Amino acid sequence: MSDIVISAKDLGLTFQTGDGPIHALKDVNLDVRQGDFVSFIGPSGCGKTTFLRVMADLEQPTAGTITVNGTSPEEARRARAYGYVFQAAGLYPWRTIGGNIRLPLEIMGYSRDEQARRTADVLELVELGGFEKKYPWQLSGGMQQRASIARALAFDADLLLMDEPFGALDEIVRDHLNEQLLKLWDRTGKTICFVTHSIPEAVYLSTRIVVMSPRPGRIADVIESPLPRERPLDIRDSREFIEIAHRVRDGLRAGHGDD
Amino acid sequence: MRNVLPILTIVLAILAIWYASAIALNAPWAYDKAKRANIELSATDLVRDTWSQKKPKLPVPHQVASEIWDTTGAMVLSGRGFSKRSLIYHSWVTFSATILGFALGTVLGTLLAVGIVYNRTMDLSVMPWVITSQTVPIIAIAPMIIVVLNAVGISGLLPKAMISMYLSFFPVVVGMVKGLRSPDAMQLDQMRTWNASAAQTFWRLRLPSSMPYLFASLKVGIAASLVGAIVGELPTGAVAGLGARLLAGSYYGQTVQIWSALLTAAALAALMVGVIGLIQRVTLKRMGMA
Ligand SMILES: Nc1ncnc2c1ncn2[C@@H]1O[C@H](COP(=O)(O)OP(=O)(O)OP(=O)(O)O)[C@@H](O)[C@H]1O
Ligand SMILES: [Mg+2]
Repeated sequence: MSDIVISAKDLGLTFQTGDGPIHALKDVNLDVRQGDFVSFIGPSGCGKTTFLRVMADLEQPTAGTITVNGTSPEEARRARAYGYVFQAAGLYPWRTIGGNIRLPLEIMGYSRDEQARRTADVLELVELGGFEKKYPWQLSGGMQQRASIARALAFDADLLLMDEPFGALDEIVRDHLNEQLLKLWDRTGKTICFVTHSIPEAVYLSTRIVVMSPRPGRIADVIESPLPRERPLDIRDSREFIEIAHRVRDGLRAGHGDD
Repeated sequence: MRNVLPILTIVLAILAIWYASAIALNAPWAYDKAKRANIELSATDLVRDTWSQKKPKLPVPHQVASEIWDTTGAMVLSGRGFSKRSLIYHSWVTFSATILGFALGTVLGTLLAVGIVYNRTMDLSVMPWVITSQTVPIIAIAPMIIVVLNAVGISGLLPKAMISMYLSFFPVVVGMVKGLRSPDAMQLDQMRTWNASAAQTFWRLRLPSSMPYLFASLKVGIAASLVGAIVGELPTGAVAGLGARLLAGSYYGQTVQIWSALLTAAALAALMVGVIGLIQRVTLKRMGMA
C-alpha cells in the first residue's frame, strides 16, 4: 500500500456560486502509484485544475476523501511533499533566475551552500546552466517555463503537480520540453500529475491517462499506456501510440455525447 | 530638442499673460498716483509704472525673480546665505518639517496599510476613518494640533511635521493597500504550496510587488507634506519658513515677497517630486518592473 501516492475515494467538490452550485468534481476514484506519470485530459471546465488543486490543498473537497502520501493534503502541503507548476511561469521580475529558484529553498530554510548547490543542479537538469544570473525578461517564454519547473524540482518533493505547464508554448518548443520532462521523470523517479489539453502530449508522456468529462466533472476512462519508459519523439508515429490516441479521443467524445 | 519648443511656447504665453495682467491690475494705482501729482500718463509711462510698483497688486516676473535673487544667490555671494532674511534659510526650515512629516507619514501609512491588508477588523474599521480624516479641512485642524502640542510642551519642528504627516499618510495608505494586494491569486497560491509563513509572503512577495504603488503615493505624499508644513507655519505666526514669509508678506502688503515665497515653494515641490521620480525610475528598473 505504501507505494500509493494519491488516493481519491468518492471525491466530490461543489462550488456554491451566485448562479447555483457547480459540481466541479463528482464521485472521483483514483489511485496514483509511486513513479507514475499520470495525465489528466478533458474538455474545458471538467475539473482538471480543481482536482490538482485539491491534491495540493488549495481547494477543499466537499465529499469523499483524498490522501497524499497517506496523509491529508494539508499535512502533505505542510511537509512540502509536492512541487506545483502553474500554467504561467510566475517568476518574480525582481529576482534573477537563480534567485527565483532559491525562493522556495529560502522559505524552507535550506542553508546557503545547499541553496547554491541545488540551484546549480536543477538549472543543469532543465538545461539552463549559465542562466542563473539572468533576469526573467531576458529569457524566452519556454525558458521561463523551464525555470519554473526547475523551481518546483529544487526541493525534496517526490510529487510534481503540473497544470498545463506548456499550454502557452508553440509546438516545437513544447515537443522539446516534453522530451526533457520525460528524461527528467525517468532520472528522478518522481511521481507526476500533469494536466493537458493535447492528446499527443498526454499519450507521449504518460504511463496512465485519465480522461475526464464535464457537468459534473468526473473520470470517464483511465487508460494504462503500454508504451515503454524509453520514448523517442518518433514513437508518436507508431501503431500503439495511434491506438491509444484513438482511445483517448473516443473517451473524450463519449463525455461530450450529451451536448 | 523637439519637446523644448512646445514647453517654450507655453512659458512665453504664460509670461505674456502675466505681464498683461499686471498692467490691467496695477493700472488703477498708477492713475491714482498720476492724478494726485497732476500728470498725464502716456502708454509707455503706464507700462513702466505698473511693472515697477513697490507694492503692486500683481508683481511682474522680473520683480519676483530679482527679489528671489536678492534673497538667495546675492546673499550667498555676500556670505549671508543662511541669515534670517534669506529664502534659503526659510526654505530649509520648511523643508526640514516637510521631510520629517513625510517620513512619519510614510511609516504611519505603511503600517496602517499592512494592518488593513492582514487584519479583517482593521480592513473594515480603519479605512472609513482614514478617508474621514481627509475630508476635514487642514486649515481647521492645523491650529488645534499646534495648540494641543504646545500645551504638552512640544513646539518648533514637530508640530509642523505632524500636520505634514496628517496630509501625507493618506496617499500612502491608499496606495500601499492596493500595492500589498496586487500579487495575483496564483502568486499567493504558489506561496501556499511552499507552506510560506505570513511574514515570508509579506517580505518576499507582497512588499516588493507594492513598490510601483508606493512610489506613486510618495510623489503625491511629498507634495501634500509641503503644503502641510506651510499651513503649519501660518496659525502660529511663525517667524521662519516659507509659510511665515507668506504671512508676513500679506500683513505688510509685500506682494513681491509673497510671490517669491510662493514660487520658491513650487520649485521646492518640483525638486522633491523629481528626486522621488528619479529614485522610482532607478529602483523599478533594477527590480525589472519598469
Ligand atoms: N473558485 C471557483 N468558484 C466557482 N466555480 C469554480 C471555481 N473554480 C472552478 N470553478 C468551476 O469549476 C469547474 C471546473 O473548473 P476547472 O478549472 O477545474 O476546469 P478545468 O478542467 O481545469 O478547465 P480548463 O481546461 O479550462 O482549465 C468549472 O465549471 C469552473 O467554472
Ligand atoms: Mg484548468
